[in-house]
Amino acid sequence: MSNLLNRSGAIYRQLRAGDWLIIIFSLAITLLLFQTLWTNEHASKVQVRLGDTVYGTYSLNQNRDIVIEGGIGTSVISIAQGKVRFSKSPCHNQYCVHQGWLVRAGQAAICLPNQISLELIGENKPYDSLNY
Amino acid sequence: MQIQTTQHDHQIAKLAALAIALHMIEALIPSPIPGVKPGIANIVTLYVLYQFGFASAAWVSILRVFASSLLLGQFLSPTFVLSLSGALCSLGALWLAIMLPKRLFTAVSLSVIAAFAHIAGQLLVVRLWLIPHAGVSYLIPLFAIAALIFGVVNGVITNVILQQTQRGNAG
Repeated sequence: MSNLLNRSGAIYRQLRAGDWLIIIFSLAITLLLFQTLWTNEHASKVQVRLGDTVYGTYSLNQNRDIVIEGGIGTSVISIAQGKVRFSKSPCHNQYCVHQGWLVRAGQAAICLPNQISLELIGENKPYDSLNY
Repeated sequence: MQIQTTQHDHQIAKLAALAIALHMIEALIPSPIPGVKPGIANIVTLYVLYQFGFASAAWVSILRVFASSLLLGQFLSPTFVLSLSGALCSLGALWLAIMLPKRLFTAVSLSVIAAFAHIAGQLLVVRLWLIPHAGVSYLIPLFAIAALIFGVVNGVITNVILQQTQRGNAG
């Protein structure tokens, strides 16, 4: 155990100038990614995709359920009080349902088995540069 | 017919087996976010890269991807494609990174570079094939921070192992 503690100092010393450069550079990139991709803006619309096409874009200022026939069955998407979620899905793993309510712009829920996805859109799409 | 194998082949096979075992152990550990894994098998890849060179490291890495996916029943599934694209991008980055001066850069640098290349390779496949829109971008910062942390940890472990090996060879 004391051997291990002695080594923790050695670990700090074993890093060389280039290592620190790489670590600081990576940290900067990571922080930049957080800043650009995680906005706290509340979403105003939700875009629903079925396969590779846009199924529809809906305002979050309403309470309604959207029923969609996907690849393996019927999914239900619920919009309520500015939030949206998958409330029913025929998929086996139910990842999409367990993801719960989404509120912020840029958040997304994806149901791969049923090929349906939700993406929340704010007033201005926060990552236009990544779309092509 | 018998295939002639060299001592070196055996060495590579043993190390690949070790990498596969680590990959299996990791597959059992639950992850808070799908796709975030420590990638401890990369320690073996880095070790082989330093001890035996790039070609051997590539063998160990690719053998691990194929054998692990067969053992986990994921061969040719999206998970396998993600694993392979990550490994290939990592290897490409390592091929360049090993040319960095050893005086300034240790395995920590290579490990971090490989980890970032790995997520870049995976995200490329996700974006181009599995989820062809910007939906996953929300998770990218989390992947990046995980790559940084696990990259440093794996690199430090590799450094320690390499030092032990050298000490063992000297004494």
